[in-house]
Amino acid sequence: MAIAQGILDIALNTAAQNDATKILRVSLLVGQLTEIEPASLRFCFTALAADTPAAGAELEVTVVPLTGRCRDCGGEFAIDHYRFYCPECNSAAVEILSGRELKVEHLEVE
Amino acid sequence: MEIKVMANILDKNDQIANHVHHRLSGQGIFVLNLMGSPGSGKTSLLEQTIAALKEEIHIAVIEGDLFTSKDAERIEGHGVPVIQINTGGGCHLDADMVQSVLDRLDLDKLDLIVIENVGNLVCPAEFNIGEDVKVTVLSITEGEDKPLKYPLIFKQASAVVLNKTDLLPYTSFNMQAAVEDITSLNPHVTLLPVSCRTGEGLTVWYDWLKEQVAAKKQLKAVNAACK
Repeated sequence: MAIAQGILDIALNTAAQNDATKILRVSLLVGQLTEIEPASLRFCFTALAADTPAAGAELEVTVVPLTGRCRDCGGEFAIDHYRFYCPECNSAAVEILSGRELKVEHLEVE
Repeated sequence: MEIKVMANILDKNDQIANHVHHRLSGQGIFVLNLMGSPGSGKTSLLEQTIAALKEEIHIAVIEGDLFTSKDAERIEGHGVPVIQINTGGGCHLDADMVQSVLDRLDLDKLDLIVIENVGNLVCPAEFNIGEDVKVTVLSITEGEDKPLKYPLIFKQASAVVLNKTDLLPYTSFNMQAAVEDITSLNPHVTLLPVSCRTGEGLTVWYDWLKEQVAAKKQLKAVNAACK
Protein backbone atom coordinates (compact mmCIF):
# COMPACT_ATOMS: atom_id res chain seq x y z
CA MET A 1 0.00 0.00 0.00
CA ALA A 2 2.84 2.40 0.87
CA ILE A 3 4.55 1.59 -2.41
CA ALA A 4 1.31 2.16 -4.34
CA GLN A 5 1.02 5.54 -2.59
CA GLY A 6 4.61 6.35 -3.58
CA ILE A 7 3.84 5.53 -7.21
CA LEU A 8 0.68 7.62 -7.16
CA ASP A 9 2.49 10.61 -5.60
CA ILE A 10 5.19 10.51 -8.28
CA ALA A 11 2.61 10.10 -11.06
CA LEU A 12 0.38 12.96 -9.84
CA ASN A 13 3.32 15.34 -9.29
CA THR A 14 4.80 14.58 -12.69
CA ALA A 15 1.43 14.99 -14.42
CA ALA A 16 0.83 18.33 -12.67
CA GLN A 17 4.29 19.60 -13.67
CA ASN A 18 3.48 18.75 -17.28
CA ASP A 19 -0.03 20.29 -17.22
CA ALA A 20 -1.62 16.91 -17.88
CA THR A 21 -5.20 16.38 -16.75
CA LYS A 22 -5.42 12.62 -17.06
CA ILE A 23 -2.95 9.77 -16.48
CA LEU A 24 -3.58 6.83 -18.79
CA ARG A 25 -0.67 4.54 -18.00
CA VAL A 26 2.09 4.29 -15.40
CA SER A 27 5.06 2.13 -16.40
CA LEU A 28 7.16 0.64 -13.62
CA LEU A 29 10.50 -1.12 -13.42
CA VAL A 30 10.37 -3.73 -10.66
CA GLY A 31 13.45 -5.80 -9.82
CA GLN A 32 13.23 -9.54 -9.34
CA LEU A 33 14.67 -9.17 -5.83
CA THR A 34 11.91 -6.94 -4.47
CA GLU A 35 8.88 -7.96 -2.49
CA ILE A 36 6.36 -6.67 -5.02
CA GLU A 37 3.34 -8.70 -6.01
CA PRO A 38 1.99 -6.99 -9.18
CA ALA A 39 -1.62 -8.11 -8.58
CA SER A 40 -1.75 -6.66 -5.04
CA LEU A 41 0.08 -3.54 -6.20
CA ARG A 42 -2.54 -2.97 -8.94
CA PHE A 43 -5.34 -3.51 -6.42
CA CYS A 44 -3.88 -0.93 -4.00
CA PHE A 45 -3.07 1.53 -6.77
CA THR A 46 -6.60 1.36 -8.22
CA ALA A 47 -8.09 2.00 -4.77
CA LEU A 48 -5.79 4.97 -4.06
CA ALA A 49 -6.11 6.48 -7.55
CA ALA A 50 -9.92 6.74 -7.44
CA ASP A 51 -11.05 10.40 -7.68
CA THR A 52 -7.61 11.55 -8.85
CA PRO A 53 -6.32 12.26 -12.41
CA ALA A 54 -4.84 8.74 -12.25
CA ALA A 55 -8.24 7.03 -11.82
CA GLY A 56 -8.47 4.11 -14.20
CA ALA A 57 -4.79 4.36 -15.20
CA GLU A 58 -3.13 1.14 -16.27
CA LEU A 59 -0.17 0.01 -14.17
CA GLU A 60 2.38 -1.62 -16.45
CA VAL A 61 5.02 -3.69 -14.64
CA THR A 62 8.32 -4.68 -16.27
CA VAL A 63 10.28 -7.15 -14.17
CA VAL A 64 14.05 -6.59 -14.20
CA PRO A 65 16.03 -9.84 -13.82
CA LEU A 66 18.53 -10.30 -11.00
CA THR A 67 22.10 -10.02 -12.28
CA GLY A 68 25.45 -9.61 -10.56
CA ARG A 69 29.11 -8.79 -11.05
CA CYS A 70 32.03 -10.56 -9.41
CA ARG A 71 34.42 -8.10 -7.73
CA ASP A 72 37.25 -10.63 -7.99
CA CYS A 73 37.16 -11.82 -11.61
CA GLY A 74 34.93 -9.10 -13.07
CA GLY A 75 32.48 -11.60 -14.58
CA GLU A 76 28.84 -10.56 -15.06
CA PHE A 77 26.05 -13.14 -14.82
CA ALA A 78 22.40 -13.89 -14.05
CA ILE A 79 21.87 -14.82 -10.40
CA ASP A 80 19.83 -18.03 -10.40
CA HIS A 81 18.12 -19.45 -7.34
CA TYR A 82 19.39 -16.49 -5.31
CA ARG A 83 22.88 -17.97 -5.27
CA PHE A 84 25.24 -15.03 -4.67
CA TYR A 85 28.46 -16.77 -5.66
CA CYS A 86 30.35 -16.18 -8.89
CA PRO A 87 29.67 -19.07 -11.30
CA GLU A 88 33.17 -18.62 -12.75
CA CYS A 89 35.49 -18.36 -9.74
CA ASN A 90 33.08 -19.15 -6.86
CA SER A 91 33.91 -15.88 -5.10
CA ALA A 92 31.37 -14.53 -2.59
CA ALA A 93 32.25 -10.93 -3.51
CA VAL A 94 29.21 -10.50 -5.74
CA GLU A 95 27.54 -7.12 -6.17
CA ILE A 96 24.04 -6.72 -7.53
CA LEU A 97 23.92 -5.08 -10.97
CA SER A 98 20.16 -5.20 -11.48
CA GLY A 99 17.12 -6.70 -9.79
CA ARG A 100 16.54 -4.20 -6.94
CA GLU A 101 14.72 -1.57 -9.04
CA LEU A 102 11.53 0.05 -7.79
CA LYS A 103 11.07 2.88 -10.27
CA VAL A 104 8.42 4.79 -12.13
CA GLU A 105 9.87 4.64 -15.64
CA HIS A 106 7.39 6.71 -17.64
CA LEU A 107 3.83 8.00 -17.78
CA GLU A 108 1.29 8.16 -20.59
CA VAL A 109 -0.84 11.28 -20.06
CA GLU A 110 -3.21 13.56 -21.89
CA MET B 1 1.88 12.16 -24.53
CA GLU B 2 4.60 10.08 -22.92
CA ILE B 3 6.73 11.51 -20.10
CA LYS B 4 9.99 9.91 -19.06
CA VAL B 5 10.21 9.86 -15.25
CA MET B 6 12.79 7.36 -13.88
CA ALA B 7 11.99 8.17 -10.22
CA ASN B 8 12.80 5.80 -7.36
CA ILE B 9 9.56 4.98 -5.57
CA LEU B 10 11.30 4.66 -2.20
CA ASP B 11 13.40 7.84 -2.53
CA LYS B 12 11.37 9.83 -0.02
CA ASN B 13 11.61 7.07 2.58
CA ASP B 14 15.34 6.61 1.96
CA GLN B 15 15.99 10.34 2.43
CA ILE B 16 14.25 10.34 5.81
CA ALA B 17 16.07 7.11 6.75
CA ASN B 18 19.37 8.86 5.98
CA HIS B 19 18.40 11.76 8.26
CA VAL B 20 17.54 9.37 11.09
CA HIS B 21 20.76 7.45 10.59
CA HIS B 22 22.85 10.62 10.49
CA ARG B 23 21.26 12.01 13.64
CA LEU B 24 21.71 8.80 15.64
CA SER B 25 25.22 8.18 14.30
CA GLY B 26 26.18 11.64 15.53
CA GLN B 27 25.31 10.42 19.01
CA GLY B 28 27.25 7.16 18.55
CA ILE B 29 24.05 5.15 18.94
CA PHE B 30 23.94 1.75 17.24
CA VAL B 31 20.52 1.10 15.66
CA LEU B 32 19.21 -2.36 14.98
CA ASN B 33 16.14 -3.13 12.84
CA LEU B 34 14.78 -6.42 14.21
CA MET B 35 12.62 -8.26 11.70
CA GLY B 36 10.93 -11.65 11.36
CA SER B 37 7.59 -13.46 11.22
CA PRO B 38 4.92 -13.03 13.88
CA GLY B 39 5.78 -15.55 16.59
CA SER B 40 9.40 -16.06 15.52
CA GLY B 41 10.56 -14.78 18.92
CA LYS B 42 11.65 -11.19 18.23
CA THR B 43 10.22 -9.89 21.51
CA SER B 44 11.52 -12.89 23.48
CA LEU B 45 15.01 -12.33 22.07
CA LEU B 46 14.74 -8.68 23.01
CA GLU B 47 13.60 -9.46 26.55
CA GLN B 48 16.51 -11.86 27.10
CA THR B 49 18.95 -9.36 25.57
CA ILE B 50 17.78 -6.48 27.77
CA ALA B 51 17.90 -8.62 30.92
CA ALA B 52 21.46 -9.72 30.10
CA LEU B 53 22.95 -6.46 28.85
CA LYS B 54 21.09 -3.53 30.41
CA GLU B 55 23.73 -3.03 33.12
CA GLU B 56 26.53 -2.55 30.56
CA ILE B 57 24.65 -1.05 27.59
CA HIS B 58 22.03 1.70 27.68
CA ILE B 59 19.21 0.32 25.55
CA ALA B 60 15.96 1.81 24.29
CA VAL B 61 13.32 0.03 22.25
CA ILE B 62 10.91 1.23 19.57
CA GLU B 63 8.10 -1.26 19.14
CA GLY B 64 6.23 -1.51 15.86
CA ASP B 65 2.86 -3.19 16.04
CA LEU B 66 -0.33 -3.12 13.99
CA PHE B 67 -2.74 -2.10 16.74
CA THR B 68 -1.67 -3.25 20.21
CA SER B 69 0.92 -2.35 22.86
CA LYS B 70 1.35 -5.93 24.08
CA ASP B 71 5.04 -6.15 23.10
CA ALA B 72 5.82 -2.70 24.50
CA GLU B 73 4.28 -3.73 27.83
CA ARG B 74 6.55 -6.80 27.90
CA ILE B 75 9.61 -4.62 27.26
CA GLU B 76 8.54 -1.99 29.81
CA GLY B 77 8.65 -4.67 32.48
CA HIS B 78 12.43 -4.78 32.01
CA GLY B 79 12.87 -1.14 32.98
CA VAL B 80 14.22 0.33 29.73
CA PRO B 81 12.68 3.20 27.73
CA VAL B 82 10.19 1.93 25.18
CA ILE B 83 8.10 3.75 22.59
CA GLN B 84 5.15 2.21 20.84
CA ILE B 85 4.39 2.90 17.19
CA ASN B 86 1.04 1.59 16.02
CA THR B 87 0.94 1.35 12.25
CA GLY B 88 -2.88 1.09 12.26
CA GLY B 89 -2.84 -1.93 9.97
CA GLY B 90 0.31 -0.98 8.06
CA CYS B 91 2.46 -4.08 7.60
CA HIS B 92 5.85 -2.42 8.22
CA LEU B 93 7.54 0.57 9.85
CA ASP B 94 8.79 3.36 7.63
CA ALA B 95 11.47 5.97 8.25
CA ASP B 96 8.99 8.79 8.91
CA MET B 97 7.33 6.84 11.74
CA VAL B 98 10.72 6.32 13.39
CA GLN B 99 11.79 9.93 12.88
CA SER B 100 8.58 11.21 14.46
CA VAL B 101 9.23 9.47 17.79
CA LEU B 102 12.97 10.16 18.22
CA ASP B 103 12.44 13.32 20.29
CA ARG B 104 10.71 11.21 22.91
CA LEU B 105 14.00 9.41 23.67
CA ASP B 106 16.85 10.85 25.73
CA LEU B 107 19.45 10.25 23.02
CA ASP B 108 22.36 11.51 25.13
CA LYS B 109 21.97 8.52 27.40
CA LEU B 110 21.73 5.72 24.83
CA ASP B 111 24.17 3.24 23.27
CA LEU B 112 21.68 1.05 21.42
CA ILE B 113 18.21 1.45 19.95
CA VAL B 114 16.44 -1.72 18.89
CA ILE B 115 13.51 -1.13 16.56
CA GLU B 116 11.26 -4.17 16.55
CA ASN B 117 9.51 -4.14 13.20
CA VAL B 118 6.00 -5.42 12.49
CA GLY B 119 5.98 -9.24 12.30
CA ASN B 120 6.18 -9.88 8.55
CA LEU B 121 8.79 -11.40 6.20
CA VAL B 122 7.82 -9.25 3.20
CA CYS B 123 7.43 -5.46 3.43
CA PRO B 124 9.83 -4.54 6.28
CA ALA B 125 12.73 -5.67 4.07
CA GLU B 126 11.98 -2.90 1.54
CA PHE B 127 11.90 0.03 3.97
CA ASN B 128 15.08 1.42 5.49
CA ILE B 129 14.32 3.11 8.80
CA GLY B 130 17.72 4.61 9.65
CA GLU B 131 19.27 1.46 11.04
CA ASP B 132 22.93 0.40 11.08
CA VAL B 133 22.02 -3.23 10.57
CA LYS B 134 19.01 -5.42 9.94
CA VAL B 135 18.68 -8.65 11.91
CA THR B 136 16.17 -11.29 10.84
CA VAL B 137 14.81 -13.87 13.29
CA LEU B 138 13.72 -17.21 11.79
CA SER B 139 12.29 -19.81 14.15
CA ILE B 140 12.68 -23.56 13.69
CA THR B 141 8.89 -24.08 13.59
CA GLU B 142 8.54 -21.88 10.47
CA GLY B 143 10.42 -24.40 8.29
CA GLU B 144 13.72 -24.21 6.43
CA ASP B 145 12.07 -23.22 3.13
CA LYS B 146 11.49 -19.60 4.21
CA PRO B 147 14.83 -18.02 3.14
CA LEU B 148 14.30 -18.82 -0.54
CA LYS B 149 10.58 -17.96 -0.35
CA TYR B 150 11.30 -14.53 1.17
CA PRO B 151 14.84 -13.92 -0.10
CA LEU B 152 15.11 -10.16 0.39
CA ILE B 153 14.72 -10.14 4.18
CA PHE B 154 17.49 -12.74 4.48
CA LYS B 155 19.67 -11.02 1.87
CA GLN B 156 19.47 -7.67 3.70
CA ALA B 157 20.25 -9.06 7.15
CA SER B 158 23.69 -8.66 8.72
CA ALA B 159 22.78 -11.47 11.09
CA VAL B 160 20.10 -14.17 11.06
CA VAL B 161 19.04 -15.54 14.44
CA LEU B 162 17.72 -19.11 14.18
CA ASN B 163 15.47 -19.26 17.23
CA LYS B 164 13.79 -22.17 19.08
CA THR B 165 16.66 -24.63 18.54
CA ASP B 166 15.32 -26.53 21.57
CA LEU B 167 12.46 -27.68 19.31
CA LEU B 168 14.76 -29.22 16.67
CA PRO B 169 14.22 -32.82 17.90
CA TYR B 170 10.44 -32.41 17.54
CA THR B 171 10.31 -31.00 14.01
CA SER B 172 11.53 -32.00 10.55
CA PHE B 173 13.46 -28.73 10.22
CA ASN B 174 16.57 -29.35 8.11
CA MET B 175 19.24 -27.15 9.68
CA GLN B 176 21.83 -27.94 7.02
CA ALA B 177 19.47 -26.87 4.20
CA ALA B 178 18.54 -23.68 6.08
CA VAL B 179 22.20 -22.76 6.61
CA GLU B 180 23.06 -23.54 2.97
CA ASP B 181 20.18 -21.46 1.60
CA ILE B 182 20.85 -18.46 3.86
CA THR B 183 24.60 -18.41 3.17
CA SER B 184 24.06 -18.91 -0.57
CA LEU B 185 21.80 -15.83 -0.55
CA ASN B 186 24.00 -13.89 1.81
CA PRO B 187 27.57 -15.24 1.98
CA HIS B 188 28.74 -12.70 4.59
CA VAL B 189 25.87 -13.18 7.06
CA THR B 190 26.43 -14.05 10.73
CA LEU B 191 24.28 -17.06 11.65
CA LEU B 192 23.26 -17.35 15.28
CA PRO B 193 21.35 -20.48 16.39
CA VAL B 194 19.70 -19.76 19.76
CA SER B 195 16.94 -20.86 22.05
CA CYS B 196 15.35 -18.00 23.94
CA ARG B 197 13.63 -20.60 26.13
CA THR B 198 16.71 -22.52 27.30
CA GLY B 199 19.27 -19.75 26.75
CA GLU B 200 21.38 -21.91 24.43
CA GLY B 201 23.48 -19.83 22.02
CA LEU B 202 22.46 -16.48 23.49
CA THR B 203 25.96 -15.62 24.73
CA VAL B 204 27.23 -15.67 21.14
CA TRP B 205 24.41 -13.28 20.14
CA TYR B 206 25.19 -10.95 23.07
CA ASP B 207 28.89 -10.91 22.12
CA TRP B 208 28.05 -10.13 18.47
CA LEU B 209 25.76 -7.29 19.55
CA LYS B 210 28.24 -5.84 22.09
CA GLU B 211 30.92 -5.84 19.40
CA GLN B 212 28.65 -3.84 17.03
CA VAL B 213 27.75 -1.32 19.75
CA ALA B 214 31.42 -0.87 20.71
CA ALA B 215 32.44 -0.40 17.07
CA LYS B 216 29.83 2.35 16.68
CA LYS B 217 31.14 4.16 19.78
CA GLN B 218 34.66 3.89 18.46
CA LEU B 219 33.61 5.31 15.10
CA LYS B 220 32.07 8.31 16.85
CA ALA B 221 35.29 8.87 18.81
CA VAL B 222 37.39 8.65 15.63
CA ASN B 223 35.10 11.09 13.81
CA ALA B 224 35.26 13.51 16.75
CA ALA B 225 39.08 13.29 16.78
CA CYS B 226 39.25 13.97 13.03
CA LYS B 227 37.23 17.15 13.42
